[in-house]
Amino acid sequence: MGDFDFNVIWSSLPFLWQGLQLSLWLTFLAIIGGIVLGTLLALARLSGILPLSLVAATYVNLIRSVPLILVIFWFYFLVPLALGRPVGSFYSALIAFVLFEAAYYSEIMRAGIQSVRTGQVQAGQSTGLNYWQIQRYVVLPQAFRNMIPILVTQGIILFQDTSLVFVVSLRDFMTASSIVARTEGRLVEMYLFAALVYFAICFSGSLLVRNLKSRMAT
Amino acid sequence: MNYNWNWGVLFEEQYLNWLISGFGWTISVALCAWVIALVIGSLVGVGKTVPNKALRAVCSTYVEIFRNVPLLVQMFIWYFAVPELLPDDIGRWMKRDMPNPEFVTAVIALGLYTASRIAEQVRAGIETVPPGLSAAAKAHGLNTAQTYRYVLLPISFRLIVPPLTSEFLTVFKNSSLALTIGLLELTAQSQQIAEYTFQGFEAFTAATVIYVTIALIATLIMQVLERHTRIPGYVGKEA
Repeated sequence: MGDFDFNVIWSSLPFLWQGLQLSLWLTFLAIIGGIVLGTLLALARLSGILPLSLVAATYVNLIRSVPLILVIFWFYFLVPLALGRPVGSFYSALIAFVLFEAAYYSEIMRAGIQSVRTGQVQAGQSTGLNYWQIQRYVVLPQAFRNMIPILVTQGIILFQDTSLVFVVSLRDFMTASSIVARTEGRLVEMYLFAALVYFAICFSGSLLVRNLKSRMAT
Repeated sequence: MNYNWNWGVLFEEQYLNWLISGFGWTISVALCAWVIALVIGSLVGVGKTVPNKALRAVCSTYVEIFRNVPLLVQMFIWYFAVPELLPDDIGRWMKRDMPNPEFVTAVIALGLYTASRIAEQVRAGIETVPPGLSAAAKAHGLNTAQTYRYVLLPISFRLIVPPLTSEFLTVFKNSSLALTIGLLELTAQSQQIAEYTFQGFEAFTAATVIYVTIALIATLIMQVLERHTRIPGYVGKEA
Protein backbone atom coordinates (compact mmCIF):
# COMPACT_ATOMS: atom_id res chain seq x y z
CA MET A 1 0.00 0.00 0.00
CA GLY A 2 2.91 2.31 0.78
CA ASP A 3 4.31 2.21 -2.74
CA PHE A 4 1.35 3.68 -4.54
CA ASP A 5 2.57 4.92 -7.92
CA PHE A 6 0.68 7.89 -9.30
CA ASN A 7 3.19 8.43 -12.09
CA VAL A 8 1.93 5.44 -14.01
CA ILE A 9 -1.51 7.05 -14.20
CA TRP A 10 -0.09 10.45 -15.12
CA SER A 11 2.13 9.14 -17.92
CA SER A 12 -0.59 6.99 -19.45
CA LEU A 13 -3.28 9.71 -19.40
CA PRO A 14 -3.25 10.36 -23.19
CA PHE A 15 -3.72 6.64 -23.88
CA LEU A 16 -6.52 6.38 -21.30
CA TRP A 17 -8.19 9.51 -22.68
CA GLN A 18 -8.34 7.88 -26.12
CA GLY A 19 -10.02 4.90 -24.50
CA LEU A 20 -12.49 7.11 -22.66
CA GLN A 21 -13.36 8.90 -25.89
CA LEU A 22 -14.15 5.56 -27.50
CA SER A 23 -16.33 4.60 -24.50
CA LEU A 24 -18.26 7.88 -24.68
CA TRP A 25 -18.65 7.73 -28.46
CA LEU A 26 -19.89 4.14 -28.28
CA THR A 27 -22.31 5.12 -25.49
CA PHE A 28 -23.62 8.08 -27.48
CA LEU A 29 -24.20 6.12 -30.71
CA ALA A 30 -25.74 3.19 -28.85
CA ILE A 31 -28.13 5.48 -26.95
CA ILE A 32 -29.33 7.11 -30.18
CA GLY A 33 -29.66 3.79 -31.99
CA GLY A 34 -31.19 2.10 -28.97
CA ILE A 35 -33.84 4.79 -28.47
CA VAL A 36 -34.82 4.87 -32.17
CA LEU A 37 -35.08 1.10 -32.50
CA GLY A 38 -36.59 0.80 -29.02
CA THR A 39 -39.32 3.31 -29.86
CA LEU A 40 -40.15 1.41 -33.06
CA LEU A 41 -40.34 -1.83 -31.06
CA ALA A 42 -42.60 -0.18 -28.49
CA LEU A 43 -44.89 1.15 -31.25
CA ALA A 44 -44.97 -2.31 -32.83
CA ARG A 45 -45.85 -3.87 -29.51
CA LEU A 46 -48.69 -1.43 -28.89
CA SER A 47 -49.84 -1.39 -32.52
CA GLY A 48 -52.70 -3.81 -31.94
CA ILE A 49 -51.57 -5.79 -35.01
CA LEU A 50 -51.11 -9.25 -33.55
CA PRO A 51 -48.19 -10.66 -35.60
CA LEU A 52 -46.28 -7.38 -35.28
CA SER A 53 -46.72 -7.10 -31.52
CA LEU A 54 -45.92 -10.78 -31.09
CA VAL A 55 -42.63 -10.46 -32.99
CA ALA A 56 -41.67 -7.34 -31.01
CA ALA A 57 -42.57 -8.97 -27.68
CA THR A 58 -40.61 -12.12 -28.51
CA TYR A 59 -37.57 -10.09 -29.53
CA VAL A 60 -37.65 -7.98 -26.36
CA ASN A 61 -38.12 -10.96 -24.03
CA LEU A 62 -35.44 -12.99 -25.79
CA ILE A 63 -32.83 -10.24 -25.59
CA ARG A 64 -33.73 -9.46 -21.99
CA SER A 65 -33.08 -13.01 -20.87
CA VAL A 66 -29.53 -13.35 -22.21
CA PRO A 67 -26.38 -11.66 -20.88
CA LEU A 68 -24.85 -8.76 -22.79
CA ILE A 69 -21.51 -10.57 -23.09
CA LEU A 70 -23.18 -13.41 -24.96
CA VAL A 71 -24.84 -10.89 -27.30
CA ILE A 72 -21.45 -9.25 -27.92
CA PHE A 73 -19.96 -12.67 -28.75
CA TRP A 74 -22.92 -13.41 -31.03
CA PHE A 75 -22.46 -10.30 -33.11
CA TYR A 76 -18.70 -10.45 -33.07
CA PHE A 77 -19.18 -13.81 -34.73
CA LEU A 78 -22.26 -13.06 -36.87
CA VAL A 79 -21.58 -9.63 -38.38
CA PRO A 80 -18.45 -10.57 -40.35
CA LEU A 81 -20.15 -13.80 -41.42
CA ALA A 82 -23.25 -11.99 -42.64
CA LEU A 83 -21.30 -9.31 -44.48
CA GLY A 84 -18.77 -11.75 -45.86
CA ARG A 85 -15.83 -9.58 -44.84
CA PRO A 86 -14.23 -8.59 -41.54
CA VAL A 87 -15.46 -5.35 -39.99
CA GLY A 88 -13.69 -3.73 -37.07
CA SER A 89 -14.68 -4.85 -33.59
CA PHE A 90 -16.09 -1.34 -33.07
CA TYR A 91 -18.93 -1.89 -35.53
CA SER A 92 -19.68 -5.39 -34.29
CA ALA A 93 -19.81 -4.04 -30.74
CA LEU A 94 -21.94 -1.06 -31.78
CA ILE A 95 -24.49 -3.31 -33.52
CA ALA A 96 -24.59 -5.59 -30.48
CA PHE A 97 -25.18 -2.65 -28.14
CA VAL A 98 -27.89 -1.05 -30.28
CA LEU A 99 -29.80 -4.31 -30.65
CA PHE A 100 -29.34 -5.21 -26.98
CA GLU A 101 -30.20 -1.83 -25.49
CA ALA A 102 -33.16 -1.38 -27.86
CA ALA A 103 -34.95 -4.13 -25.90
CA TYR A 104 -34.51 -2.18 -22.65
CA TYR A 105 -35.35 1.19 -24.24
CA SER A 106 -38.47 -0.31 -25.78
CA GLU A 107 -39.78 -1.23 -22.31
CA ILE A 108 -39.16 2.34 -21.14
CA MET A 109 -40.82 3.84 -24.20
CA ARG A 110 -43.75 1.45 -23.87
CA ALA A 111 -44.36 2.73 -20.35
CA GLY A 112 -43.90 6.27 -21.65
CA ILE A 113 -46.43 5.84 -24.45
CA GLN A 114 -48.89 4.28 -22.04
CA SER A 115 -48.47 7.23 -19.69
CA VAL A 116 -50.01 9.53 -22.34
CA ARG A 117 -53.72 9.78 -21.64
CA THR A 118 -56.08 8.28 -24.22
CA GLY A 119 -57.93 11.60 -24.42
CA GLN A 120 -54.85 12.99 -26.15
CA VAL A 121 -55.00 10.33 -28.84
CA GLN A 122 -58.76 10.80 -29.28
CA ALA A 123 -58.29 14.56 -29.59
CA GLY A 124 -55.68 13.89 -32.30
CA GLN A 125 -58.05 11.58 -34.15
CA SER A 126 -60.92 14.03 -33.98
CA THR A 127 -58.76 16.80 -35.45
CA GLY A 128 -58.14 14.50 -38.42
CA LEU A 129 -54.55 13.41 -37.78
CA ASN A 130 -53.55 9.99 -39.05
CA TYR A 131 -51.70 7.31 -36.98
CA TRP A 132 -48.18 8.54 -37.71
CA GLN A 133 -49.12 12.18 -37.20
CA ILE A 134 -50.64 11.36 -33.81
CA GLN A 135 -47.50 9.49 -32.78
CA ARG A 136 -45.21 12.16 -34.18
CA TYR A 137 -46.93 15.28 -32.84
CA VAL A 138 -48.97 14.11 -29.85
CA VAL A 139 -47.90 10.85 -28.23
CA LEU A 140 -44.11 10.55 -28.64
CA PRO A 141 -43.17 14.10 -27.57
CA GLN A 142 -45.08 13.63 -24.31
CA ALA A 143 -43.84 10.05 -23.85
CA PHE A 144 -40.23 11.22 -24.23
CA ARG A 145 -40.69 14.08 -21.80
CA ASN A 146 -42.28 11.84 -19.16
CA MET A 147 -39.48 9.29 -19.50
CA ILE A 148 -36.44 11.59 -19.62
CA PRO A 149 -35.12 10.66 -16.14
CA ILE A 150 -35.43 6.93 -16.82
CA LEU A 151 -33.88 7.33 -20.28
CA VAL A 152 -30.89 9.10 -18.71
CA THR A 153 -30.60 6.39 -16.02
CA GLN A 154 -30.56 3.76 -18.76
CA GLY A 155 -27.88 5.84 -20.50
CA ILE A 156 -25.71 5.62 -17.36
CA ILE A 157 -26.22 1.86 -17.24
CA LEU A 158 -25.30 1.70 -20.94
CA PHE A 159 -22.11 3.65 -20.27
CA GLN A 160 -21.18 1.13 -17.57
CA ASP A 161 -22.07 -1.70 -19.93
CA THR A 162 -19.66 -0.43 -22.60
CA SER A 163 -16.84 -1.64 -20.33
CA LEU A 164 -17.81 -5.16 -21.43
CA VAL A 165 -16.25 -4.61 -24.87
CA PHE A 166 -13.19 -5.70 -22.91
CA VAL A 167 -14.17 -9.27 -23.85
CA VAL A 168 -13.48 -8.57 -27.53
CA SER A 169 -10.41 -6.40 -26.75
CA LEU A 170 -11.92 -3.25 -28.20
CA ARG A 171 -9.85 -0.38 -26.75
CA ASP A 172 -12.34 1.48 -24.62
CA PHE A 173 -11.44 3.05 -21.28
CA MET A 174 -11.65 -0.26 -19.43
CA THR A 175 -9.49 -2.15 -21.92
CA ALA A 176 -6.98 0.73 -22.05
CA SER A 177 -6.73 0.75 -18.23
CA SER A 178 -6.20 -2.97 -18.19
CA ILE A 179 -3.50 -2.79 -20.90
CA VAL A 180 -1.59 -0.20 -18.85
CA ALA A 181 -2.18 -2.21 -15.67
CA ARG A 182 -0.64 -5.33 -17.19
CA THR A 183 2.25 -3.80 -19.12
CA GLU A 184 3.32 -1.60 -16.19
CA GLY A 185 2.51 -4.23 -13.57
CA ARG A 186 0.39 -1.66 -11.69
CA LEU A 187 -2.92 -3.44 -11.30
CA VAL A 188 -3.98 -1.83 -8.03
CA GLU A 189 -3.43 1.76 -9.15
CA MET A 190 -4.98 1.35 -12.57
CA TYR A 191 -8.13 -0.50 -11.53
CA LEU A 192 -8.78 1.86 -8.63
CA PHE A 193 -8.26 4.80 -10.98
CA ALA A 194 -10.66 3.26 -13.52
CA ALA A 195 -13.23 2.80 -10.75
CA LEU A 196 -12.80 6.44 -9.71
CA VAL A 197 -13.30 7.75 -13.26
CA TYR A 198 -16.38 5.60 -13.87
CA PHE A 199 -17.74 6.61 -10.47
CA ALA A 200 -17.23 10.34 -11.14
CA ILE A 201 -19.04 10.14 -14.48
CA CYS A 202 -21.90 7.89 -13.36
CA PHE A 203 -22.43 9.70 -10.05
CA SER A 204 -22.66 13.06 -11.86
CA GLY A 205 -25.16 11.41 -14.15
CA SER A 206 -27.28 10.18 -11.26
CA LEU A 207 -27.21 13.66 -9.67
CA LEU A 208 -28.49 15.00 -13.00
CA VAL A 209 -31.31 12.45 -12.90
CA ARG A 210 -32.23 13.48 -9.36
CA ASN A 211 -32.25 17.12 -10.47
CA LEU A 212 -34.45 16.35 -13.49
CA LYS A 213 -36.87 14.37 -11.35
CA SER A 214 -37.34 17.13 -8.80
CA ARG A 215 -37.76 19.74 -11.56
CA MET A 216 -40.40 17.59 -13.23
CA ALA A 217 -42.25 17.02 -9.98
CA THR A 218 -42.95 20.72 -9.53
CA MET B 1 -23.00 -16.33 -46.24
CA ASN B 2 -21.26 -19.60 -46.20
CA TYR B 3 -21.30 -21.72 -43.18
CA ASN B 4 -21.08 -25.42 -42.51
CA TRP B 5 -23.83 -26.42 -40.16
CA ASN B 6 -23.03 -29.11 -37.68
CA TRP B 7 -25.37 -29.28 -34.72
CA GLY B 8 -23.77 -32.60 -33.83
CA VAL B 9 -20.80 -30.91 -32.13
CA LEU B 10 -23.04 -29.93 -29.25
CA PHE B 11 -23.61 -33.58 -28.48
CA GLU B 12 -20.01 -34.71 -28.72
CA GLU B 13 -19.05 -35.79 -25.26
CA GLN B 14 -16.31 -33.24 -24.68
CA TYR B 15 -18.34 -30.21 -25.71
CA LEU B 16 -21.51 -31.41 -24.04
CA ASN B 17 -19.54 -31.73 -20.81
CA TRP B 18 -18.23 -28.20 -21.24
CA LEU B 19 -21.76 -26.89 -21.60
CA ILE B 20 -22.98 -28.82 -18.58
CA SER B 21 -20.11 -27.67 -16.41
CA GLY B 22 -20.60 -24.07 -17.63
CA PHE B 23 -24.27 -24.28 -16.72
CA GLY B 24 -23.31 -25.57 -13.27
CA TRP B 25 -20.95 -22.66 -12.62
CA THR B 26 -23.49 -20.12 -13.86
CA ILE B 27 -26.13 -21.46 -11.49
CA SER B 28 -23.71 -21.72 -8.54
CA VAL B 29 -22.29 -18.22 -8.95
CA ALA B 30 -25.74 -16.69 -9.42
CA LEU B 31 -27.39 -18.44 -6.47
CA CYS B 32 -24.52 -17.87 -4.02
CA ALA B 33 -24.29 -14.22 -5.05
CA TRP B 34 -28.06 -13.91 -4.67
CA VAL B 35 -27.88 -15.08 -1.04
CA ILE B 36 -25.17 -12.51 -0.23
CA ALA B 37 -27.07 -9.83 -2.12
CA LEU B 38 -30.33 -10.51 -0.27
CA VAL B 39 -28.71 -10.42 3.17
CA ILE B 40 -26.52 -7.36 2.65
CA GLY B 41 -29.03 -5.61 0.43
CA SER B 42 -31.73 -5.94 3.10
CA LEU B 43 -29.44 -4.64 5.84
CA VAL B 44 -28.28 -1.69 3.74
CA GLY B 45 -31.79 -0.95 2.51
CA VAL B 46 -33.15 -0.91 6.07
CA GLY B 47 -30.14 1.20 7.09
CA LYS B 48 -31.13 3.85 4.56
CA THR B 49 -34.48 4.36 6.30
CA VAL B 50 -33.53 4.36 10.00
CA PRO B 51 -33.61 7.58 12.07
CA ASN B 52 -29.86 7.39 12.81
CA LYS B 53 -28.15 9.88 10.47
CA ALA B 54 -24.66 8.35 10.52
CA LEU B 55 -25.96 4.88 9.68
CA ARG B 56 -28.07 6.35 6.87
CA ALA B 57 -25.03 8.10 5.42
CA VAL B 58 -22.93 4.92 5.52
CA CYS B 59 -25.63 2.93 3.75
CA SER B 60 -26.22 5.62 1.09
CA THR B 61 -22.49 5.73 0.41
CA TYR B 62 -22.42 1.97 -0.02
CA VAL B 63 -25.23 2.10 -2.57
CA GLU B 64 -23.73 5.01 -4.53
CA ILE B 65 -20.29 3.41 -4.75
CA PHE B 66 -21.43 -0.05 -5.79
CA ARG B 67 -24.05 1.24 -8.22
CA ASN B 68 -21.85 3.76 -10.01
CA VAL B 69 -18.84 1.58 -10.78
CA PRO B 70 -19.24 -0.99 -13.57
CA LEU B 71 -19.43 -4.58 -12.33
CA LEU B 72 -16.46 -5.51 -14.53
CA VAL B 73 -14.24 -2.97 -12.74
CA GLN B 74 -15.47 -4.27 -9.38
CA MET B 75 -14.68 -7.84 -10.43
CA PHE B 76 -11.11 -6.81 -11.32
CA ILE B 77 -10.65 -4.87 -8.10
CA TRP B 78 -11.74 -7.87 -6.00
CA TYR B 79 -9.59 -10.23 -8.01
CA PHE B 80 -6.42 -8.21 -8.64
CA ALA B 81 -6.35 -5.28 -6.22
CA VAL B 82 -7.88 -6.47 -2.95
CA PRO B 83 -5.27 -9.19 -2.23
CA GLU B 84 -2.56 -6.51 -2.61
CA LEU B 85 -4.33 -4.03 -0.36
CA LEU B 86 -5.00 -6.43 2.51
CA PRO B 87 -2.39 -7.24 5.17
CA ASP B 88 0.36 -9.45 3.73
CA ASP B 89 -0.70 -12.73 5.33
CA ILE B 90 -4.30 -12.59 4.18
CA GLY B 91 -3.31 -11.29 0.75
CA ARG B 92 -0.85 -14.12 0.28
CA TRP B 93 -3.45 -16.64 1.41
CA MET B 94 -5.99 -15.24 -1.07
CA LYS B 95 -3.52 -15.47 -3.93
CA ARG B 96 -2.08 -18.90 -3.15
CA ASP B 97 -4.21 -21.05 -0.91
CA MET B 98 -7.78 -19.87 -1.26
CA PRO B 99 -9.78 -22.68 -2.89
CA ASN B 100 -11.52 -21.77 -6.18
CA PRO B 101 -10.33 -18.15 -6.20
CA GLU B 102 -12.24 -17.23 -9.39
CA PHE B 103 -15.48 -18.62 -8.05
CA VAL B 104 -15.18 -17.00 -4.61
CA THR B 105 -14.20 -13.64 -6.08
CA ALA B 106 -17.01 -13.71 -8.63
CA VAL B 107 -19.56 -14.52 -5.93
CA ILE B 108 -18.34 -11.72 -3.64
CA ALA B 109 -18.18 -9.14 -6.44
CA LEU B 110 -21.55 -10.06 -7.93
CA GLY B 111 -23.15 -10.39 -4.49
CA LEU B 112 -22.03 -7.00 -3.20
CA TYR B 113 -22.91 -5.31 -6.49
CA THR B 114 -26.40 -6.82 -6.58
CA ALA B 115 -26.83 -5.92 -2.89
CA SER B 116 -26.71 -2.23 -3.80
CA ARG B 117 -29.58 -2.73 -6.24
CA ILE B 118 -31.61 -4.78 -3.77
CA ALA B 119 -31.00 -2.16 -1.08
CA GLU B 120 -32.76 0.40 -3.27
CA GLN B 121 -35.75 -1.92 -3.70
CA VAL B 122 -35.92 -2.60 0.05
CA ARG B 123 -35.74 1.12 0.84
CA ALA B 124 -38.49 1.86 -1.70
CA GLY B 125 -40.58 -0.97 -0.20
CA ILE B 126 -40.25 0.41 3.32
CA GLU B 127 -41.11 3.91 2.11
CA THR B 128 -44.31 2.71 0.42
CA VAL B 129 -45.68 1.39 3.71
CA PRO B 130 -48.27 4.03 4.68
CA PRO B 131 -46.82 6.35 7.38
CA GLY B 132 -49.98 5.81 9.44
CA LEU B 133 -48.79 2.30 10.25
CA SER B 134 -45.50 3.31 11.83
CA ALA B 135 -47.31 6.11 13.65
CA ALA B 136 -49.77 3.54 14.98
CA ALA B 137 -46.87 1.32 16.05
CA LYS B 138 -45.33 4.22 17.90
CA ALA B 139 -48.65 5.02 19.57
CA HIS B 140 -48.76 1.42 20.79
CA GLY B 141 -45.43 1.94 22.48
CA LEU B 142 -43.27 -0.11 20.09
CA ASN B 143 -39.68 1.07 19.83
CA THR B 144 -37.87 1.51 16.50
CA ALA B 145 -36.56 -2.06 16.36
CA GLN B 146 -39.98 -3.47 17.16
CA THR B 147 -41.64 -1.21 14.58
CA TYR B 148 -39.32 -2.63 11.93
CA ARG B 149 -39.60 -6.19 13.16
CA TYR B 150 -43.38 -6.39 13.49
CA VAL B 151 -44.75 -3.72 11.13
CA LEU B 152 -42.46 -2.32 8.43
CA LEU B 153 -40.44 -5.36 7.35
CA PRO B 154 -43.24 -7.94 7.10
CA ILE B 155 -45.24 -5.61 4.87
CA SER B 156 -42.44 -4.17 2.77
CA PHE B 157 -40.83 -7.53 2.00
CA ARG B 158 -44.10 -8.78 0.62
CA LEU B 159 -44.47 -5.60 -1.43
CA ILE B 160 -41.07 -5.89 -3.11
CA VAL B 161 -41.36 -9.46 -4.38
CA PRO B 162 -42.33 -8.35 -7.94
CA PRO B 163 -39.39 -5.94 -8.42
CA LEU B 164 -37.04 -8.54 -6.91
CA THR B 165 -38.04 -10.91 -9.71
CA SER B 166 -36.21 -8.81 -12.25
CA GLU B 167 -33.16 -8.56 -9.98
CA PHE B 168 -33.19 -12.33 -9.65
CA LEU B 169 -33.10 -12.67 -13.45
CA THR B 170 -30.35 -10.05 -13.68
CA VAL B 171 -28.09 -11.95 -11.30
CA PHE B 172 -28.00 -14.94 -13.70
CA LYS B 173 -27.16 -12.68 -16.62
CA ASN B 174 -24.51 -10.77 -14.68
CA SER B 175 -22.84 -14.00 -13.57
CA SER B 176 -21.45 -14.12 -17.12
CA LEU B 177 -18.97 -11.41 -16.09
CA ALA B 178 -17.16 -14.04 -14.07
CA LEU B 179 -15.56 -15.14 -17.34
CA THR B 180 -13.41 -11.98 -17.29
CA ILE B 181 -11.52 -13.33 -14.29
CA GLY B 182 -11.24 -16.80 -15.79
CA LEU B 183 -14.24 -18.68 -14.46
CA LEU B 184 -15.47 -21.00 -17.22
CA GLU B 185 -19.18 -20.43 -16.82
CA LEU B 186 -21.79 -20.91 -19.54
CA THR B 187 -20.92 -17.95 -21.79
CA ALA B 188 -17.19 -18.71 -21.55
CA GLN B 189 -17.77 -22.37 -22.41
CA SER B 190 -19.86 -21.54 -25.46
CA GLN B 191 -17.16 -19.11 -26.61
CA GLN B 192 -14.57 -21.81 -26.09
CA ILE B 193 -16.58 -24.34 -28.08
CA ALA B 194 -16.91 -21.74 -30.86
CA GLU B 195 -13.15 -21.30 -30.90
CA TYR B 196 -12.32 -25.00 -30.87
CA THR B 197 -14.85 -26.14 -33.44
CA PHE B 198 -15.53 -22.99 -35.52
CA GLN B 199 -19.21 -23.79 -34.96
CA GLY B 200 -20.05 -20.43 -33.38
CA PHE B 201 -23.66 -20.50 -34.45
CA GLU B 202 -24.39 -23.80 -32.73
CA ALA B 203 -22.38 -22.98 -29.61
CA PHE B 204 -23.99 -19.58 -29.02
CA THR B 205 -27.44 -20.94 -29.80
CA ALA B 206 -26.96 -23.59 -27.13
CA ALA B 207 -25.94 -20.95 -24.56
CA THR B 208 -28.85 -18.70 -25.56
CA VAL B 209 -31.36 -21.52 -25.21
CA ILE B 210 -29.99 -22.41 -21.77
CA TYR B 211 -30.15 -18.79 -20.57
CA VAL B 212 -33.72 -18.41 -21.85
CA THR B 213 -34.68 -21.61 -20.04
CA ILE B 214 -33.10 -20.35 -16.81
CA ALA B 215 -35.02 -17.08 -17.19
CA LEU B 216 -38.30 -18.93 -17.76
CA ILE B 217 -37.82 -21.20 -14.75
CA ALA B 218 -36.75 -18.30 -12.52
CA THR B 219 -39.81 -16.31 -13.63
CA LEU B 220 -42.09 -19.25 -12.84
CA ILE B 221 -40.61 -19.68 -9.36
CA MET B 222 -40.99 -15.98 -8.64
CA GLN B 223 -44.58 -15.99 -9.90
CA VAL B 224 -45.48 -18.73 -7.45
CA LEU B 225 -43.75 -16.74 -4.70
CA GLU B 226 -45.63 -13.60 -5.77
CA ARG B 227 -48.94 -15.37 -5.56
CA HIS B 228 -48.19 -16.57 -2.03
CA THR B 229 -46.87 -13.26 -0.71
CA ARG B 230 -49.34 -10.88 -2.30
CA ILE B 231 -51.09 -8.68 0.26
CA PRO B 232 -54.84 -8.48 -0.33
CA GLY B 233 -55.80 -4.88 -0.96
CA TYR B 234 -52.37 -3.94 -2.30
CA VAL B 235 -52.81 -5.78 -5.59
CA GLY B 236 -51.89 -3.74 -8.64
CA LYS B 237 -50.39 -0.93 -6.65
CA GLU B 238 -46.88 0.22 -7.46
CA ALA B 239 -44.48 -1.43 -5.06
